[in-house]
Amino acid sequence: MLETKPRIEFTPERLERAKEIITHYPEGRQKSALLPLLHLLQEQEGWTPAEGMDYIAELLGIQPIEVYEVATFYTMYHLEPVGKHVIEYCRTGPCMLMGGEEVYAHLKQKIGAQDGETSADKLFTIKPVECLAACGWGPCFQIREKYYTHLTIEKVDEIIDELKK
Amino acid sequence: MSLPKILTAHTHLPGIETFDVYRKNGGYTAVEKAIQTMTPDEVVEEVKKSGVRGRGGAGFPMGMKWSFLAKPEGVPRYLVCNADESEPGTFKDHWLMKTIPHLLIEGMIVSSYALGANASYIYVRGELMYVVRILEKAIAEAKAAGFLGKNILGSGYDLELYVQPGGGAYICGEETALLESLEGKRGNPRNKPPFPAVKGLYQCPTVVNNVESISTTSWIVNNGGDAYAAIGIGRSTGTKLISASGHLKKPGVYEIPLGLPVQEFIYSDEWCGGIRDGHHLKAVVAGGSSVPILPAAMLLKTANGEDRLMSYESLADGGFATGTMMGSGGFIAMDETTCIVRNTWNFSRFYHHESCGQCSPCREGTGWMEKVLHRIEHGHGSMHDIDLLVDVAKKIEGNTICPLGDAAAWPIASAIRHFRDEFEWHITNPQEATRPGAVFKGHMELV
Repeated sequence: MLETKPRIEFTPERLERAKEIITHYPEGRQKSALLPLLHLLQEQEGWTPAEGMDYIAELLGIQPIEVYEVATFYTMYHLEPVGKHVIEYCRTGPCMLMGGEEVYAHLKQKIGAQDGETSADKLFTIKPVECLAACGWGPCFQIREKYYTHLTIEKVDEIIDELKK
Repeated sequence: MSLPKILTAHTHLPGIETFDVYRKNGGYTAVEKAIQTMTPDEVVEEVKKSGVRGRGGAGFPMGMKWSFLAKPEGVPRYLVCNADESEPGTFKDHWLMKTIPHLLIEGMIVSSYALGANASYIYVRGELMYVVRILEKAIAEAKAAGFLGKNILGSGYDLELYVQPGGGAYICGEETALLESLEGKRGNPRNKPPFPAVKGLYQCPTVVNNVESISTTSWIVNNGGDAYAAIGIGRSTGTKLISASGHLKKPGVYEIPLGLPVQEFIYSDEWCGGIRDGHHLKAVVAGGSSVPILPAAMLLKTANGEDRLMSYESLADGGFATGTMMGSGGFIAMDETTCIVRNTWNFSRFYHHESCGQCSPCREGTGWMEKVLHRIEHGHGSMHDIDLLVDVAKKIEGNTICPLGDAAAWPIASAIRHFRDEFEWHITNPQEATRPGAVFKGHMELV
């Protein structure tokens, strides 16, 4: 027997927001709303499940494959479930110059997960990002739209301990 | 000396991110002046007179770009702001948008009016979602005050302004990839021609300008293009935001008059305050990670022995053999603790990760270069690898649809050109070179 997964839909508030976003584009160009709607889906579900992508395809009147090919191209959409907090850390040159490698190694050790992995307690997922445009304030990472800058090992301990509470 | 401040005159004011404080400090007067007293062509003319060059990296004259915009009857035109700042070392647009969002909004209104656009978009890199929220709030404030929407200031001119978040892809900073992304597709660059000015967003005439570029237009409208052109030096007119990072005493975002000596920018207390205590400058990437790296001594003096200036022409003096580029203004300073090989590998990993995969030289070449650099950095390289890197870099450069291939090749080619002995040391002394924190000190020229 085939397993059917439950359909995913936007909450009424998010559906209103999605409809408003679609009005940003000219008639017949509603596919332009695809990236914002994928962000909306991820905000709601914590990641971007295929059932949600199918729903977005319906909303925009496009084929599901058009959604899949976009979601898999961009790095921000989580194609697998993630932890409660996704830690996006910047691993590029300027942050590295400011001691980023040492700080991030400590971070991974502290939460017990490597790049792309989720900690055993499902609280944290680690994700390297190619530059967060905060080079003068590095090393830095972002958790839920909040930037944490000028990171040190001590500061990382404080942030993680606080989020664990 | 009183230094001109065009973008940062008010950024220190508490509450400047709000409409009320921005307005009380002269905000939106450029919209009033442009829409109520100038024709769109007159606004374009002032921008042309200013000589301002695109601040995203390419440095193309902005007024000229505007004048290329096709104007077929009955076809909409678009202005798209490129706020997809993702180049390592560059964070000035991020800072500008979060600090004084109305400066960009006002610039978008003035520029859209000049170009005849009735719908404009600010494409912000998705990682900056908090900045998206800031901009959306600012747009709502401007609209509530009558500076956006239908019949702006009773002029009959309509403009809707929207913020579009990206999905996390550096390639979308390339203007045609950005347009593809804005159309809801993968960010694959388009072949040019046709250029966006003829067939851009939805195949309609479109101008794509960067955040800093658009943010200058209000000042130009208020003060005139000639006043802007009077600042700076030669064809590098006006001021430039520089994102300073790395081993500087005071990293941050600075607005400099173009033509400022590089020496002064690095060492003066007015700017970066010098290299961190106890250290000396070894090398600099002057315009974001994609531009050629220069050893300290070559950065401070041109090929002719003159003081190098922070200007498009002076930084490029002598071509890529001895010069570099202004690029996006991402100024990364490195002291003697920096391993150039590791830094180059780090940059190459970035370009490999961010290649969209559309062109074979870039898709395959960036991965190849990263792999070779990885093995040199980790003590498994051979002397042949250095020539191999140069060869692969040459084969990528100029052979891709968009400039990402060049951006991947230049940092490697320039690092080998100027620091070849450091690469050789890694190969001949693998045990020493792979020790954490190990740095080649052979022919290091420090300043």
